[in-house]
Amino acid sequence: MELDAQLKKNRFSFGRKVLRNRYLLLMMLPGTIYLLINNYMPMFGTIIAFKSVDYSKGIFHSPWVGFTNFKFLFGTSDAWTITRNTLLYNALFIVITPIIAVTLAILLNEVRGRLAARFYQSIMFLPYFLSAVVVGYLGYSMLSTEFGFINTHVLVPLGFDAVAWYSEPKYWPYILPLVYIWKNIGYSTVIYLAAVIGIDNEYYEAALMDGASKWRQAISITLPQIRPIIIILMLMAVGHILNADFGLFYQVPLDAGALYPTTNVIDTYVYRALLQLGDIGMSSAAGLYQSVVGFVLVLSVNLIVRKINKESALF
Amino acid sequence: MNTTTAQAPSAAAGVSGPKSKRKINAISPGSNLVVNLFFIVYCCICIFPILLVVSASLSDENAITLHGYSIIPKVWSTAAYHYLSFDLHKILAGYGISIATTVIGSLAGMMITALYAYPLSRADFEFRGFFSFFIFFTMIFGGGLVPWYLVYTNIFHLKDSLFALIIPGLLMNAFLVLTTRTFFQQTIHPSILESAQIDGAGEFRIFFGIVLPLSLPVMATIGLFYTLAYWNDWFNSLVYINNDKLINLQYMMYRVMRNLQFLQTNAQSGTAIGAEEIAKIPNETVRMAMCIVGMGPIVLAYPFFQRYFVAGLTVGAVKG
Repeated sequence: MELDAQLKKNRFSFGRKVLRNRYLLLMMLPGTIYLLINNYMPMFGTIIAFKSVDYSKGIFHSPWVGFTNFKFLFGTSDAWTITRNTLLYNALFIVITPIIAVTLAILLNEVRGRLAARFYQSIMFLPYFLSAVVVGYLGYSMLSTEFGFINTHVLVPLGFDAVAWYSEPKYWPYILPLVYIWKNIGYSTVIYLAAVIGIDNEYYEAALMDGASKWRQAISITLPQIRPIIIILMLMAVGHILNADFGLFYQVPLDAGALYPTTNVIDTYVYRALLQLGDIGMSSAAGLYQSVVGFVLVLSVNLIVRKINKESALF
Repeated sequence: MNTTTAQAPSAAAGVSGPKSKRKINAISPGSNLVVNLFFIVYCCICIFPILLVVSASLSDENAITLHGYSIIPKVWSTAAYHYLSFDLHKILAGYGISIATTVIGSLAGMMITALYAYPLSRADFEFRGFFSFFIFFTMIFGGGLVPWYLVYTNIFHLKDSLFALIIPGLLMNAFLVLTTRTFFQQTIHPSILESAQIDGAGEFRIFFGIVLPLSLPVMATIGLFYTLAYWNDWFNSLVYINNDKLINLQYMMYRVMRNLQFLQTNAQSGTAIGAEEIAKIPNETVRMAMCIVGMGPIVLAYPFFQRYFVAGLTVGAVKG
């Protein structure tokens, strides 16, 4: 009886709470509906990875097949290739991005002319705003076998043979990181520069009294001060280590089949399996594999960071 | 960043003359030169490919065939743009689709974002915890491409519609919602809201009459983020669009890169230009001209909007 009353009271108070906040709740309605459609429905839709989709029966009535799709996926050599490529490229990006961006931010902060510093930052930031399609064109202008700048103006004049970049997979583990850095480093530099500028000047004045060199100041003051933001950004990146930049891996190699051994990543594999081959089973299995492992990664990395330094944890 | 002014420059900087404005902790002129040179070289690398494409689009096709793409055209020619002008109606249609989706999508996205972010910024909103988690969770877990695609094609039937270029994935960005929330928390003091409430203003009136006008900087910033995301989007077209009438600028560039004939479909079927003429089309330079036509607006507008981006990125921490 008492429990009943309690429940009734709770329901009553919940209703009152909704009523009290009705206008604010109304404001949240469009966003909530959008998240339900765009994010939460696909989350529940991942169950199709355990089905054999038959369009004539509809997705809901298609038969359950357990882990068959996963067995097929991990039975192919593709599963290994795409996992390896995704992990290695992203791991490389996660490590080199902060190293280069922090270095650039510290250097940029030392440039004595404010206008010059702002100008450099603007130019470095520009590639970030170009779409992957445009980057594909820019890459082509450099790498085209017959007309590309590198072949016609660098390799051949120096006496080397022209390289067929778009059919030689072995060069792409170098090309893709270079393109990635070229496009994205300006963005990270802006974020780190803001953090560097935000450091209280008193630290540097004190260090100067003690005769600390610029190098010493960077190591002992700047780096420790911006460590939290470095950790947060790296943590977010590690959580998404299985999510590749689709544009980079699809547009920049111009979707060239010969390059798949070194350019195919989980995202491009899922896209091609779904829309070029129409293989819903395989692509949804790969997609779910990516989501679940990624999620576990976010949680575990966050847990580790929480243990080391609670302030730096994401949640 | 050095707040100490040059009151005693010569004492601190040693060799500098009395007129030197050098700040106490500034690097030496020599190091400054090296750092500047480094950035000049790096900046050249950043814009080199862009200049290369500009130059290629203004080159003569024969010169390209002989010498490849060079940073200054060996033989100047505007033939590529001339050929593109035959397909002007297609290019303009692409611009039309891009502009329409960008304007509609950005405005709707800004509204939805601000409306979701504002209650989250209110300490007295009793469902704050739930809705914060509701959006934060989407940042760390997702269903992936396949169910996302099936939701929009099989349940909402958006394939080959203008909505497919506006709604899926782009309309609301969780990161921007959290940025906007942080901005509201930092700028809108609760006492302003309280006094408005005492005056009898309703929540919507407070939001549209007080909060939004005070938040123009952050609205401009997230508006730019959405504008850029829509303008640069080709993924939704790749996934959802088969109809040639709904091809936006980015997707047109993508199709031209894969197959230049895409632009010349009319010419092939029509009688105006014969097969012989098609063979004469300066393929390589037309391709590069297409890139310039597509990339132009972003690069030209860049000097005007980039500082708002920098401001937006540094609005505040976005801890969940």
